[in-house]
Formats: sequence, structure tokens, C-alpha cells
Amino acid sequence: MRHFLEFEKPLAELEGKIEELRHLADGGDLNIADEVSRLETKVDRLLRQTYAKLSPWQKVQLARHPDRPHGGDYIAGLITEFTPLAGDRGFAEDRAIVGGLGRFRGRAVVVLAHEKGADTEARVRHNFGMAKPEGYRKAIRLMHLAARFGLPVVSFVDTAGAYPGIEAEERGQAEAIARAIEACLQLDVPLIATVIGEGGSGGAIAMAAGNSVLMLENAIYSVISPEGCASILWRSSGNAQDAAEALKLTAQDLLKLGVIDRIIAEPLGGAHRDKDAAVTATGDAIEAALKPLLALDGPALRKQRREKFLAMGTKGL
Amino acid sequence: MSWLTNFVLPKIRAVVTKKEVPENLWQKCPNCGQMLFRRDLEANLNVCANCGNHLRMDAEQRMALLFDEGRSTAIELPKAIADPLKFRDLKRYSDRLKEAQARVGGRDAMVVAHGTIGGLPAVLACFDFAFMGGSMGIAVGEALLAAARLAVLQEAALVVVPASGGARMQEGILSLMQMPRTTLAVEMVKEAGLPYIVLLTDPTTGGVSASFAMLGDITLAEPGAVIGFAGARVIEETIREKLPEGFQRAEYLLEHGMVDAVVPRKELKETLARIIRLLMSPAPATGLVLAAAGKGRAAAGGKTAP
Repeated sequence: MRHFLEFEKPLAELEGKIEELRHLADGGDLNIADEVSRLETKVDRLLRQTYAKLSPWQKVQLARHPDRPHGGDYIAGLITEFTPLAGDRGFAEDRAIVGGLGRFRGRAVVVLAHEKGADTEARVRHNFGMAKPEGYRKAIRLMHLAARFGLPVVSFVDTAGAYPGIEAEERGQAEAIARAIEACLQLDVPLIATVIGEGGSGGAIAMAAGNSVLMLENAIYSVISPEGCASILWRSSGNAQDAAEALKLTAQDLLKLGVIDRIIAEPLGGAHRDKDAAVTATGDAIEAALKPLLALDGPALRKQRREKFLAMGTKGL
Repeated sequence: MSWLTNFVLPKIRAVVTKKEVPENLWQKCPNCGQMLFRRDLEANLNVCANCGNHLRMDAEQRMALLFDEGRSTAIELPKAIADPLKFRDLKRYSDRLKEAQARVGGRDAMVVAHGTIGGLPAVLACFDFAFMGGSMGIAVGEALLAAARLAVLQEAALVVVPASGGARMQEGILSLMQMPRTTLAVEMVKEAGLPYIVLLTDPTTGGVSASFAMLGDITLAEPGAVIGFAGARVIEETIREKLPEGFQRAEYLLEHGMVDAVVPRKELKETLARIIRLLMSPAPATGLVLAAAGKGRAAAGGKTAP
């Protein structure tokens, strides 16, 4: 079943009508081509209008859209010979982060991806993409593996945040995230991070302190969820829309702030309307970002990453 | 501007505003409720004489406590860009910031000073929890980077004392970026072969705990300090369960292997000095001192290693 966001409803209606007409036409020899093409033009225009001026809050909803391609979709579409590798060797396997070896456009890489899951069962299995310490420790282990064999690391970030729970705290959630950030920064192979949906705070930066940070057009990346921010600063989670505006969490704002390097354009209507196109565009952007980095040696890669992050925060909007 | 604003207004204000009453004479212990005479409390390093609760200390008190003879030199910190997002909630962030800065002479939530600890050079970077909950924005990131660079320059140990609720939301993504930036600060000190010591105090949570605060060569914690990633309320709302007794307290972290030691405030200075000396001055001292140490061990009934 397809999901429609509140602001997608008028589109859903029009598309429903087209479906109906087609269905009718199948039954008889009614000529509906004109009517369908008229409606399709209308849908196209409406899509363009709606998506040309999305509010930050609408982007938050898009970034969380249940039909949006998830980590697994990017792995399936971009990585051949994918060989999942499990476990942190200390405590457990954490399915909120999927990782492994594979080939990206022919070149062997290490892949790390948050996985939110596409249906209820998968969501539970992947803990809604919210990793526990063992997830970050697995990511660290795989980053070390990548460094040992000179393989670039390609990460896909899509998480509401690190899991807030007793067992996560008990096993050192904060320490695991801190070490993962450290591991990213110390890598002497290229790290390309792409925020594909939600870049939720510490849980996101743990896999995103990269040489190049890319972000999909309708993805978000923030220090706190708009709801969390609203409940603290506005004392009401009902102000989430205001918080979404204030936090400047869209790809467009982040590019201006120098926090990300490139925005990946999504198909008209968002990545969920044409998953394959979104995945391919992401692959092209990763390939373009990776190419110049392959010419750099370990120390140069670390230096580039260090200088990039040290330069952040010197300019505002 | 005019005679009215320059002369009359201040006089009216002087009459209207309350005189500085010594209202701070007594303070209630937030743990046991005991009324404590402030002078006694300060003499006891802000530890409740009744229940042993470690009350918060400000950055200046911390400096006085930890440096040799309480003497240190604060450094001027780089000016950071203020309010990069033009953030506004119920109030403008730029106004909140100005108010907070006016109370402390223009600085942000971190104070950095250098001096000696245990006779060896040390740079201390302390959070001020009273300044917007000790939250970490660009200014704090810059301050920690400055502290790290100073430590490298002076070949000094870097000691950081967090007291922070986490990232400063009003600086949005740029506050999140202080996590990798402060991690780089730590890296500079470690690469220079210098000790990086963290003293976790109440509270150390969120983005601060999930970056430099958990990367110490040595990690100490004050008794009872709340230390963790997610806030207790967020966890309770997520799992809809009551949290266990002592959850996220320093002792809980010690139990779970996340800190090296929980050190009472009275022993802090001596412990820190000893650790810094052990790490930075590993060679045996003069024969005389060694002999004396040996005698000490024998007197204490300890066995001498072969």
C-alpha cells in the first residue's frame, strides 16, 4: 500500500482518477487518452508546484516517508557481490546498522548503512534504524577492516538517532558513538557519507565524519529532532514545525553552512516516487566524490578530513 | 543620551532594585535537604557535610581546586561567530546569549587555564554548567581546540572537566559538528604523546558525553554525577518503564566498566596529580626518594616486587 503525506493528498486524488479512467478504458473501447493526458499534465504541474516550495517541516515528513528508499535499497542498487558482515565481537549483532564488503561500480569497498526496515516485521528486526552501542562498535570494526585492506568506506545515514534505552546506556552508548566518530576521523582510506533520509544527531555523525558528505535533496540532518527541540525550547511538541524552521536542517541550508559538500537531486515528487532513479543518482554522486579522493594517500586523506571539519562553523547563514 | 537617562534613571533603579542581601548565606542540599552554611560548604569543597552529596562547582572553583596552590592563568579564547542560524524560539537566541554572557563577563560555557598539577604543566578546560546548561556550541568547540593547541605547545597534560547537558540546540547542525571537532582536539593532544584526562562531573550527557568526554586516556568521575547519552526522561518515554535505582550515576558507570575510577572531591587533586606524574614522569626519581618509597611500602605491610 502506498502512503501519502498530508500535502501529497491532492496528488493522490488526481492519480487515483487516472487509475480509475484507465480501469474503465480496459473494460470498453472508450477513448480516454485525451482525458488521461490532461490529468497527467495536471499531476505534473501540481508536483512541480508543491515540490518547488517545500517547507522544512514537509521535508522532515518526506525524509521519514515510509516508502522512501532505505539503506538496503541503496545496497541492493549500488553494491554488487555484497557480503554482509555481522557483529561487534564484544556483545552482539545490531541489525540497525547493516555492514559488509562489496563492489561499488567495480571497486571493492566497505559499506555501512542504517536500515529502518520497510514493513513492520523488518522495522522491529532493525530496531527502526536506531543503533545500540554494538551497532557503532560493529561500524568501527568494519572501518578498521577497510583501512587494513585499503578499501574506501561508503556509508548511508538514515536514523532518527541512537537508541535511547537502558541496555544501550549500560553498554556505553556515548562511548561507542565517540569512538565511531574518532574512527571516521582517523581512517586513512576515503570515507564518503550520504544522508539518505534522516540524519539524527549523534547516531548520524557516528558514521558521517567523512571526507565527503552528500545529502539527498529532501533529506534532513539535525542535532535534535524538531519534536524534541520543540518540547524543550517551546515546551510543547506541537511546535515541531517552528523548530523545523529554526533548526535549519534541510540539505539546502546545510550546504550554505558548509556542513555538507553536495546535494543529490531527487526525482520529481521525492525519492519514494522513483526509487531506482534516486539510487542511481546517489551512486553517480558517490562515484564523483570518490574519484578525486582515490588519488590521495592515508595522511592526505586524514588531513583533508581534519581541515574540512575544523573549518566548519566559521560562517553562518 | 540625556540627563534623564544618564542621571535620573540609574538613581531610580538604585532605589527600586533590591539591595544585595546576603541571601546566599545558606544553601539547601538538593539531595538530603539539609540547610548548609555557605562558608562551611565552600570550605568542604561544595560537598554536603550531612550526606556527602557533591554539589556543583563553577569553573573558577574547579580551577582553584585542581591546580597546584590553586594558581592558574586563564587564557583568552577565540571569538566565535554568534547565532549563526539567527535562531529564534520563544526568545531570540542572540538575546539569550547576551544575557548569559553579561553575567560572566562575555565568555561562553568554557573556561581554559594553564598552570601546574603535581608540579607538571597542565591545561585545564572547564565547563560552566550555569552558562546555558553548559551546552556545547561553536564557542565551546573553539575553546577546547584552543586548550588542545595550548597543551601541545606547552607539552602539558590536557584535563577536561565537562558539566553539560549536551549540544546547544540553538546552533543546530553546527553544534552537532562540534562532536567531530572536539574529537580532533583530543587527537591533537594524543598525537603529541600527551595525557588527555577527563573528569566527568554532574551532568555529562548528550553530544558532550558522545564525543571528547568519552575519549580520555584516563576517565575519572565525581561521586553521584549523572553521566549518559540519552536523557532519563527520553528513555522512560521510549521504553515506558521505570529506570533502575542509580541509573546513569558515576557508580553505575564504574560498575559497567565505562570509567576508570569514581573519586571523591577531597581526593581529586591528589589523584589527578599522581596520574599526571605517573604518565609524564615515568622514570624513577632520585635514589633517596625511591628508598623512602620502598620503606613506605614496607611499613604499610606491602610486598616489594622482585
